[in-house]
Amino acid sequence: MSYSDEQLELKSIQLRKSALRWIKHAGAGHTGGSLSCLDILNVLYNRILNVRPETFSSQDRDRYVQSKGHAVEALFAVLADAGFFEEKELETLCCYKSHYVGHPTRKVHGVEQNTGGLGHGLPICVGVALAGKMDQKNYRVFTLLGDGELAEGSNWEAAMAASHYGLDNLTAIIDCNTLQIAGRTKDVMNSEPLVEKWEAFGWAVRRIDGHSISELTEALKAPLEPGKPSMVIANTIKGKGVDFMEDVGKWHHGVPNDEEYERAMAGFDAMLAEKEGALS
Amino acid sequence: MYSSEAEAVAKGLGLKLGKANLQVFAATVESLASDDKQVVAVVSDSRGSGKLGPFGEAYPKQLVEVGIAEQNLVGIAAGLASAGKKVFAVSPSCFLTARSLEQIKNDVAYSDNPVTLVGISSGVSYGALGTTHHSLHDFAVLRAINNLHVVCPADNYEAEAAVRAAAALDKPVFLRFGKAPLFDLGKEKEQPFEFGKARVLREGDQLAFVATGEAVIHAYLAAEALKKESGLEARVISMHSLKPFDSDAVVAAARECGAVITVEEHMVNGGLGEACSSAILEAGASSCLFKRVAIPDEYTVTGSQADIFHHYGISMEGLVAAANEMLVKI
Repeated sequence: MSYSDEQLELKSIQLRKSALRWIKHAGAGHTGGSLSCLDILNVLYNRILNVRPETFSSQDRDRYVQSKGHAVEALFAVLADAGFFEEKELETLCCYKSHYVGHPTRKVHGVEQNTGGLGHGLPICVGVALAGKMDQKNYRVFTLLGDGELAEGSNWEAAMAASHYGLDNLTAIIDCNTLQIAGRTKDVMNSEPLVEKWEAFGWAVRRIDGHSISELTEALKAPLEPGKPSMVIANTIKGKGVDFMEDVGKWHHGVPNDEEYERAMAGFDAMLAEKEGALS
Repeated sequence: MYSSEAEAVAKGLGLKLGKANLQVFAATVESLASDDKQVVAVVSDSRGSGKLGPFGEAYPKQLVEVGIAEQNLVGIAAGLASAGKKVFAVSPSCFLTARSLEQIKNDVAYSDNPVTLVGISSGVSYGALGTTHHSLHDFAVLRAINNLHVVCPADNYEAEAAVRAAAALDKPVFLRFGKAPLFDLGKEKEQPFEFGKARVLREGDQLAFVATGEAVIHAYLAAEALKKESGLEARVISMHSLKPFDSDAVVAAARECGAVITVEEHMVNGGLGEACSSAILEAGASSCLFKRVAIPDEYTVTGSQADIFHHYGISMEGLVAAANEMLVKI
């Protein structure tokens, strides 16, 4: 089905609730980064990607590889919502013998590649995009990177190769929440100026508000420029949607206690009520 | 790579000097590519050292150059394989298996992308170029990775068979090739190549050499020299597959021969010798004599591959001496 911007905004809140619910249930997870990237995943899976559970094995499908694998709770929430599996299966998240591990694995329907170690998604996607060009297929390839992840040199090896081969079927998105586990990305290892760097590597670059459904849609709906790979730098807020988590580094992989959880969920419910009221 | 005495023994046996396994690999991939447009070679500025120049000229659309970027090489190879390509990722083994180890572990083996990783100029093939260019850790690190075959062919027959078997397997495989021309060890009709199945190249029940890769010919020549010198019958086993591992062949050798010498162009830690010793111990066959001939835990001496082999006893002469020293104890 097609959603309006307002409906997707509503869905983002529901997906954030889902991600936080399962992090709390599992007692483990990456809260801040999952909440920061959820609007991006929401737009990808509900507007952009030609990927459906029933056609997931098709060689013509679009591919999404989550390079920042630690935000797996966001991915699982979106995949469950898209019908790849029943959400109740996440009751086993991180449990003994569960396929729902704390990073993406292909044992979960809808996951393209096993990720978790950083700096892997972009090289893999260069390979998939190259194969698409070789086979003259029309699928597009997407990956999501963290801004802290860009310190891994493998990203820059892949950045060179993507422009060398003119992979305009490849779009990378940076979930640029400016925080990593040890602190501000600019203090730990400054990855800015991102626009200039990626342009210098031969990419078409656009910097947007990563929480704006309309800006995400506009940036992702088609390659930014023929003959060049696309880089969408999405400015986001770590812990987005929970007032006491927003832009606070300790929530990188913090799990809320009972009181914090109730407070966060109440906040989401208030947002939902407001949105639903506006929509009705 | 052979002393004049060793060459004389080989010629006396009628063994024919073939090509380097690396050349056989390149020719085989070219043959596969002519039949199947999905066959792709990915190189990291290594088409020359991988002997893939002619392949690139014949099939330019089936060669992907990534530049000097081994992590990217393996990641791209994984992506290509996931999209249906039959991928050979080719790079000097020293870089491929050290610099890209996490990509091999995660992108290829863990994600089950059927890439054939091809480590070229392996072991001490680069000789005097030194430790940065030696690959003496690859068995150890790759044996520790799940869902990856680790294979080191001993001659041209095993090399071609291994490349074809890897292309047909649809699973992750690591193939290790050296640069030296190798004698043809024969016996292929009796014992066709199969992953995980050792090839007994010479029968014998008084001693067993269990060897892999370019070290196998030295064990074979040593066995023949021992026969001539003292009438001793030594079994020679080509253990081309480090994973899956043919424990049965090793345990049978230990039980039936009572003395086992392992031979490998690899550091003593984590390689063939350790694989054999654990198989023998677990089978309760540890009453046999046992010795590992390998590169010791030190930076290798300077010299050619032949010099280094000679220095550490991975040579016909060195293995004859090792056998005699061991058998004195019986």
